[in-house]
Amino acid sequence: MGLLDQRFENGNVFVTSLENLLNWARLSSLYQMQFGLACCAIEMMAASASDFDIMRFGIIPRATPRQADVMFVAGTVTLKMASRIKRLYDQMAEPRYIISMGSCANCGGPYWEHGYHVLKGVDRVIPVDVFVPGCPPRPEALLEGIIKLQEKVRRESLVKKPA
Amino acid sequence: MLTEFGKVLIFLIIGAIFVAGGMFASWLLRPRRPYPGKVAPYECGEDPVGDAWVRFNVRFYVVALIFLIFDVEVVFLFPWALVYRNLGLFGFLEMAVFLGILLVGYVYVWVKGDLDWDKPLPQVPHINRAPISLSGTEKTAVEEQPVVQ
Repeated sequence: MGLLDQRFENGNVFVTSLENLLNWARLSSLYQMQFGLACCAIEMMAASASDFDIMRFGIIPRATPRQADVMFVAGTVTLKMASRIKRLYDQMAEPRYIISMGSCANCGGPYWEHGYHVLKGVDRVIPVDVFVPGCPPRPEALLEGIIKLQEKVRRESLVKKPA
Repeated sequence: MLTEFGKVLIFLIIGAIFVAGGMFASWLLRPRRPYPGKVAPYECGEDPVGDAWVRFNVRFYVVALIFLIFDVEVVFLFPWALVYRNLGLFGFLEMAVFLGILLVGYVYVWVKGDLDWDKPLPQVPHINRAPISLSGTEKTAVEEQPVVQ
């Protein structure tokens, strides 16, 4: 347990000011876990490239989960990959966030009925913060998902969650 | 009076405070909830196998060296290709000589078997020893010759 993380019974002016600073810092530097699974990863790469440039949101791809804050599950999550994704999520440092990108990661997509090898939604193995619909989503849709995630990070709190 | 090295000292102190302050704030604010899956070694999402301090095959070194040579060759080729039209025949011949030298090296490496991944078996010379007579006066013929298989 960190010294201040979720230790406060209720917020006061100091706690909320610290929260604002902390959340601003976190949402402005959401480092990305650098991996892609399928064709959605191509759109994710396009979002990284100069036309869309997600680095202006402070998203920098990191090659290890220890340094990453957000994981884009971009593509079809096969059953073999699901255990790896679970392990990678476990190895990320908290606070950690998941953006499920595309229909395959959201719900199985075109494999929802007969895909014997596909996980029917990545939220069955890891907690997803933002679902981005599309097959594949355009980079603008991913940017929308990132902004939604930033709005969520902005509402994070140091106050102890009600049990 | 502040000497020039005094400024360096102030820089060092401020730098140390900066790093220590950042680490202290991080220790103060970060969530710390370790569990076995989280603290497991990172091996690209696979189950961690064995020790991280494994021995590397030394032949990777030779392959890396050869790769480096031809990597640098390509680095030279790109600017040459850009100005090729201006250089004309002279540029072509120069690059042909350069590539020829590297090609000789490549052939050498290939012939010596450094590109073969299979471990070359050592050619131990087989020694034929004629039976040594016990009398001591006769000729003790010791023939040493490698047997070619």
